[in-house]
Amino acid sequence: MGITLPILILALPFTMFLILGIGGVKMSRKLAGTIGILANGALMTFCYIVALTYFFSGNEEFIVDGVRQQVQLFDVTWLAFTDRMVVNIGFLLDPICAMMLIVISTISFMVHLYSWGYMEHEPGFQRYYAFLALFTFSMLGLVVATNIFQMYIFWELVGVSSFLLIGFFYKLPSAVSASKKAFIVTRFADLFMLIGILVLSYYVSNAPIESPLANASAFNFLNLNAQPSNVIASTLGATFLGGSVLTWAMILIFVGGMGKSAMLPLHIWLPDAMEGPTPVSALIHAATMVVAGVYLVARFFPMYLAVPDSLEFITIVGAITAFYAAVVACCQIDIKRILAFSTISQIAFMMVSLGVARPELHDGLGYMASMFHLFTHAMFKALLFLGAGALIHAVHSNNYTEMGGMRKYMPITHWTFLIGCLAIAGIWPFSGFFSKDEMLSAMYANNALWGVWMTMVAGLTAFYMFRMYFLVFWWEENPHYKEHSPHDAPWQMSLPLIILAAVSCVAGFIPFGEFVTWNRAPYHIHIDWVGVAIPSLCVATCAIALAAWLYAKKNDKPAKMKAALPALWQAANRRFYWDEIYMFITHKIIFNGICRGIAWFDRHIIDGTMDAMASVTQYCSLKIKGMQSGSVQTYVLWYFFGALLLAAITWICLL
Amino acid sequence: MDLSMLWYLVPSVIMFVAGVYGFVTRKNMIALLISLELMLNSADLNFVVFNRYLFPDSKEGMIFTLFAIAIAAAETAIAIAIIVNIYRAVGNTDIDSVKKMKF
Amino acid sequence: MFGNILIWFVIVPILMMAGLACCGNSNMKAIRGVMVAGSTVLLAMAIWLVVDFLAQRAGGNTAEMLYTGSWLWYAPLNIHLAVGVDGISVMMLLLSAIIVFAGTFASWKIDPLPMNFFLWFCLLSTGVFGFFISIDMFTMFMFYEVALIPMYLLIGVWGTGRKEYSAMKLTLMLMGGSAFLMLGLLGIFWHSAPEGGQLTWNILEISHNASIDPSWQRMLFCFTFVGFGVLGAMFPFHTWSPDGHACAPTAVSMLHAGVLMKLGGYGCFRIAIFLCPQGANELAWIFIILTGISVVYGAFSACVQTDLKYINAYSSVSHCGMVLFAILMLNTTAMTGGILQMLSHGLMTALFFALIGMIYGRTHTRDIREMGGLMKIMPYLGVCYMIAGFASLGLPGMSGFVAEMTIFFGAFEHSDLFHRCFVIAATCSIVITAVYILRVVGKLILGPVHDEHHLSLTDATWWERLSTVTLIACLAGIGFFPNWINEIIRNSFAPIISAIQTAI
Repeated sequence: MGITLPILILALPFTMFLILGIGGVKMSRKLAGTIGILANGALMTFCYIVALTYFFSGNEEFIVDGVRQQVQLFDVTWLAFTDRMVVNIGFLLDPICAMMLIVISTISFMVHLYSWGYMEHEPGFQRYYAFLALFTFSMLGLVVATNIFQMYIFWELVGVSSFLLIGFFYKLPSAVSASKKAFIVTRFADLFMLIGILVLSYYVSNAPIESPLANASAFNFLNLNAQPSNVIASTLGATFLGGSVLTWAMILIFVGGMGKSAMLPLHIWLPDAMEGPTPVSALIHAATMVVAGVYLVARFFPMYLAVPDSLEFITIVGAITAFYAAVVACCQIDIKRILAFSTISQIAFMMVSLGVARPELHDGLGYMASMFHLFTHAMFKALLFLGAGALIHAVHSNNYTEMGGMRKYMPITHWTFLIGCLAIAGIWPFSGFFSKDEMLSAMYANNALWGVWMTMVAGLTAFYMFRMYFLVFWWEENPHYKEHSPHDAPWQMSLPLIILAAVSCVAGFIPFGEFVTWNRAPYHIHIDWVGVAIPSLCVATCAIALAAWLYAKKNDKPAKMKAALPALWQAANRRFYWDEIYMFITHKIIFNGICRGIAWFDRHIIDGTMDAMASVTQYCSLKIKGMQSGSVQTYVLWYFFGALLLAAITWICLL
Repeated sequence: MDLSMLWYLVPSVIMFVAGVYGFVTRKNMIALLISLELMLNSADLNFVVFNRYLFPDSKEGMIFTLFAIAIAAAETAIAIAIIVNIYRAVGNTDIDSVKKMKF
Repeated sequence: MFGNILIWFVIVPILMMAGLACCGNSNMKAIRGVMVAGSTVLLAMAIWLVVDFLAQRAGGNTAEMLYTGSWLWYAPLNIHLAVGVDGISVMMLLLSAIIVFAGTFASWKIDPLPMNFFLWFCLLSTGVFGFFISIDMFTMFMFYEVALIPMYLLIGVWGTGRKEYSAMKLTLMLMGGSAFLMLGLLGIFWHSAPEGGQLTWNILEISHNASIDPSWQRMLFCFTFVGFGVLGAMFPFHTWSPDGHACAPTAVSMLHAGVLMKLGGYGCFRIAIFLCPQGANELAWIFIILTGISVVYGAFSACVQTDLKYINAYSSVSHCGMVLFAILMLNTTAMTGGILQMLSHGLMTALFFALIGMIYGRTHTRDIREMGGLMKIMPYLGVCYMIAGFASLGLPGMSGFVAEMTIFFGAFEHSDLFHRCFVIAATCSIVITAVYILRVVGKLILGPVHDEHHLSLTDATWWERLSTVTLIACLAGIGFFPNWINEIIRNSFAPIISAIQTAI
């Protein structure tokens, strides 16, 4: 494959960003929107050509003896720290990259199209499309990264595009603070990632020159992934606090992924990020950017395999997060928040699946399942978000309390949303069923504990999704509809819903194992009906039935439940007080304690010392000034005594 | 009678110390000027005496003293002129009353 | 002598001063004409110098310094006007020329006494350019002082707020630094040649002679490093910076933070480390502690300030601390990063101060609590402020990222616990930087409009746009294509690194 298409894939969105960002002020909305959508359509075509060529051409460059190859289409030097630590910007084409190209470009195009309807009346429409283009560029750069440093570069860039898009309604203080929070929390996580990269590259770049590691840059994925054992050897058994430095490095890098993918202690930014426009939430905070952490682990999977402790860490973090987010999602009122927590929970699902993947267990099934779920989840979660956007567009509120009985008024939204809910709940034959089933198989294979635990989370997922579904579309009709009856969105918004719903119906039948596996050799998916699928289907059905029983018709059961355990409901609704804890640490301790303390110290101690030196000088000079009285007689007296003193000294010394 | 050098030097020192004492303690400018002259003359005396006793062959000390006397006369004239002017401006010759030039 | 291009970097500002003197205070057009012409010539010369320097290097000229020239000035002390540049000085000259150029446009409407303002401004530039072209310690020191003195008048006359206090504080503290520096330079001079040899002020000769014995090196290293460190805003000698910047007029803040503070960093490696390498090897740890504190301390202090200029001044303390921190790592990568950070910080902070000046010129306040939602009122300036902010917090695609990453990766090559701890502390500053930058951006640029009166304000004028666009283009230029600058600087460090390594 030539390098024209790969370069275009990166250059096109960036050019669009520049054109729309600089020239957007002078453009009409229609022109900006048309250019944005057309360019994105072209981009999608390019991405599809590249990805489909990679998967289906059978070209020797891409597949040898059934094993898919990893190809660096281009890799140019961007910055050379040392001879061995060279940062390249390149394009690494391999199964997960090709899969991500499809996901990103599809969702991005859907969102571009949808936004045309959704953002129609918002000021700054042109700016919005510019930011979308910047995000698309950054995300594509991230997934095609040939080395960890390129990934870090684009990692930061997606962070900033996310900041810009969350804060798109910049006149709202809540949007501004949400965008700040998102940026700072992810930046904090990126700090750990940076330290991880520093540690890793330090050892790799200092590997002896005869080691095969020395053949390529210390950041290069292919170089590192191909020889984890050499990387371990290069650390010379160095340890830190009882763990090998490589384990630490890989965990630190993963912490960066925890930040972007909103894993437990660093999840607090994602729910707030829902302040952004809903299509943005669909694109960034559901389908693409937030799975960057999963993608990172998948990209570095051979290295993580080399230090299994780090995979254990990933599994535990993922399992805790999945459960936590699912519980919180059951008690939210804002439908976008419910979807946000559901996203956290589903990403944690993928993390656990990666964490439990081992080559010896079903040929590394967990890896394949995780990527499969990434794919299906991106589709149905984008669908759900866009559906939620259509609801919000119609009702002008984010809370389900303002909705209810919407199924009559918005049939398209209703049916597509239902498909999304069925998919995420894991009901056959929707796509979520297949990917979730593979993930659960992998978990059971590793340890029954994880399997049972995550099946429970899957049940919770089905419950809270259908709780939302029933509360929005059934329950009781909002009396206001008599005056302003909501209606389905215009075609620009409905079309993406329909397309994504169709994809969510059929995506499960894709033989995903043929395309993406940990060692890139094909894996034939078979569904373990008895052991995994039937039990999980039962759990999901029970959960849906429970949700239907509680929420399908207006009744007082939910209120009773709430009244029975008010503390629990309150805690879950407040997300178990994580925000308050962070508020306390950042505001009370860091801001008021450390920062104000240091500022005070600077003004009063350091500056005080300097000023004191000046005042002491001034004080002394004022005192001495009195001696310069102008009275000659005093001078003479001083002179006389001085002369006597000198004479005395001379005399004493000479004698 | 053979006078030793001491006979000249002791009065000279007395004159000088008296001059210093007067210069430091007096407030009247005329008195200051007189004290100044006393010091100057004691120094002149020393010049002459040392020249006569220690280097009888040379005459530099004597000549130097003559110069000093001449300069002292000129200086006194200027000083008196300044004092007279100050008296006209201020109304007295008290040294403390002239402080305009102080820093 | 006049055939050497480097000399013209000093002559042009002097000619500009002569031209300005002829204009008089009332003829604003002529003053602007002289300034624009002069600063454009300087910029063109600097660009030509970079191009020609690269061509010469590519042509195989491997001399340590190019364009060298030396003219005897005062024979009894063997003082020469000696000039010469390596890649680092070339980049510094380019930076200075860019900032003088942008500064001219940023002070388009200076009032009162425009001619006198620009006169001192040109004198300041003379000092800065002279410093970077000199390779004779004495003339270097002289130009250093020439650059410092105009600062007093520029702040004292054209400043705002407590300007007399700040001007005095700045001058006295920097002069205090100069006293240390003079002692150090004299010490180096007296040991500059082996017993009986001809003493010299020439940096290259001194380093070739390598005749300063280790016990002296330790002392002289401390003297010269502290001397230059004061100008580089090293903790605890940084307090002139917040007050000085806060009170200085826009163009002076730009030039001061953008270039003058770089004199400190430049001197630190060109004199302190290069000439006393053994002292540097042994005593770097003291200053690593101090500069490490600067980095974190400045960032934390910036988080709670409410005056825009104070925020930037503390941010400069943090960033310039990073420069010195990098230089003290004594390896090529980190030191290269240090120089990149100088360039990056120079451009970025000049941009910041220019924008703050423009905002202040409209709203007449610099207190972030009294402003808000400027994006709505003056979108151009708002966008520029955000870009400057992103450059400051190290966004990829901007120069700050390149510089900081180079520093971290270079500094991480030291594997002992002491260095590791300080490097990790320094990396933490990128998060704190994000906090204070976003705090300002959130309050000042985004959010609802705070003051109704601000709604009538206008956006940037053409000269303001020109000034900011120049700086942004340079920031993004380095950020997108860092490798060529990286290589120029890297190669120039070879003699310094070899001096350090021989001294171990």
